[in-house]
Amino acid sequence: MANDIIRIKNARKYFGHVQALKGVDLEIGKGEVVLVIGPSGSGKSTLLRCVNRLEHLDEGEIWVEEDCVTSPHANIRKIREEVGMVFQSFNLFPHLTAAQNIALAPLAVLHESKATVEERAKALLARVGLADKAESYPDQLSGGQQQRVAIARALAMQPKIMLFDEPTSALDPEMIKEVLDVMLDLAKEGMTMMVVSHEMGFARAAAHRVVFMDDGLIVEVGHPSKLFSTPKEERTKRFLDHIL
Amino acid sequence: MPVVVMTDGLLVPGSDKGVLSAWNISFFGAIVVILALRFLSPSPNPYAEIFAFVPSGLSATFGVTIVSFIFALILGLLAGLGRIAKTKAINLVATTYVEIIRGIPLLVQLFYIYYALGPLLHLKGPASAILAMSICYGAYLGEIFRAGIQSIPKGQMEAALALGMSRTQALWRVVLPQTVKIILPPIGNESIALLKDSSLVSILAVSDLLRRGREYASTTFNYLQSFTVVALIYLIMTLFFSRLVGIMEKRLRTHGKRHN
Repeated sequence: MANDIIRIKNARKYFGHVQALKGVDLEIGKGEVVLVIGPSGSGKSTLLRCVNRLEHLDEGEIWVEEDCVTSPHANIRKIREEVGMVFQSFNLFPHLTAAQNIALAPLAVLHESKATVEERAKALLARVGLADKAESYPDQLSGGQQQRVAIARALAMQPKIMLFDEPTSALDPEMIKEVLDVMLDLAKEGMTMMVVSHEMGFARAAAHRVVFMDDGLIVEVGHPSKLFSTPKEERTKRFLDHIL
Repeated sequence: MPVVVMTDGLLVPGSDKGVLSAWNISFFGAIVVILALRFLSPSPNPYAEIFAFVPSGLSATFGVTIVSFIFALILGLLAGLGRIAKTKAINLVATTYVEIIRGIPLLVQLFYIYYALGPLLHLKGPASAILAMSICYGAYLGEIFRAGIQSIPKGQMEAALALGMSRTQALWRVVLPQTVKIILPPIGNESIALLKDSSLVSILAVSDLLRRGREYASTTFNYLQSFTVVALIYLIMTLFFSRLVGIMEKRLRTHGKRHN
């Protein structure tokens, strides 16, 4: 498709003798929300981390818009400005307040004015429902609050794509919803999202496609309503039986 | 497996409670003894002379300690960064530096720089002393920096990179500020060790505290009195600074645990 914003071609990745990705092809369109599911060790997080080159592919190509991420000549920092990422363990900067966490990259990377960035940080905190937590340090926030600040931090760079690496896996059950609500809002606003997660509720509500990966390969791709109820592949069915 | 943790210069753990703590006894005891010697000794009292002569070495002791420590911090930071560098050559240079320097006694390094290299480099005593102490302590501080940086979770660097920061930006704005908090106590510790080790430079024609004591003793043969004063002054200084480091460490620990 012409308006694909992420294009993954024949992605292969080894960790020592273990092949984590065995030739993955995937295109994600602009504004599309794609959920990647699969058993642990299936390569789903590795695939996600290759998109902003936190991991290097051994073979294959990944394109973000017109830039080849996997090229040695890629201006990877420029690409990362366009690709926000949210981690399972939040990875907020513990020595900075919530507002400072959000403001750091726009100040240091984009060299925006302090007033602009502070204004945006405030707006983003309000957007994730934490307007009153600007001066709080990460260790003063609950897991759900930390993850929402982390989302706001990624959004502060005004990215075109958001990557989510199991954003709710480290959260207590009662905090999962507050994070998913923020993600749902993002999806509704048309953000392109690649989400590694097993949150079926989120998938049904927001995902355009669900990708099932196993053993370093994409096994099946489909609309959530179809893939969850009538999976074509036996492996998909078995996996879904386990987690549903 | 049980782990044995040794500290050098820090408070001895486990005896730090109440008025009769080991630190109180040592510190205030030393002050009382020094004052008593000075003012209560029966005449002829050599201590008046010693106190007029010896403490002038304090400026050299502190001078060498402070200047060496500043250079050692810079070298240590470079060595620590080199030890975690992805570039093989830089890594090798830093690691070799640390291995070599830590394998040679400080006294031998002092001799080497002063006697062996001094004539070639045209270095005087104080300059040789500072050079040797900086190089030596830079290696030890380098390992503290390395350990400190490596103790910061990998996710911190990844989060910074994912936001578009360069490795250098991520290091200075995200990783190192967190590292400093962790390494301040061991760094403070090393500064006390350096203060003590600075007495070694007395053999390089540097008029530090120990050398002043030796000079006084060798002209008057009051060895006992002179070195007693020198030892007490060192003791008071190191106890004072280790208490300071202890307080700092406690502050950092409580500050690191903010809760609503």
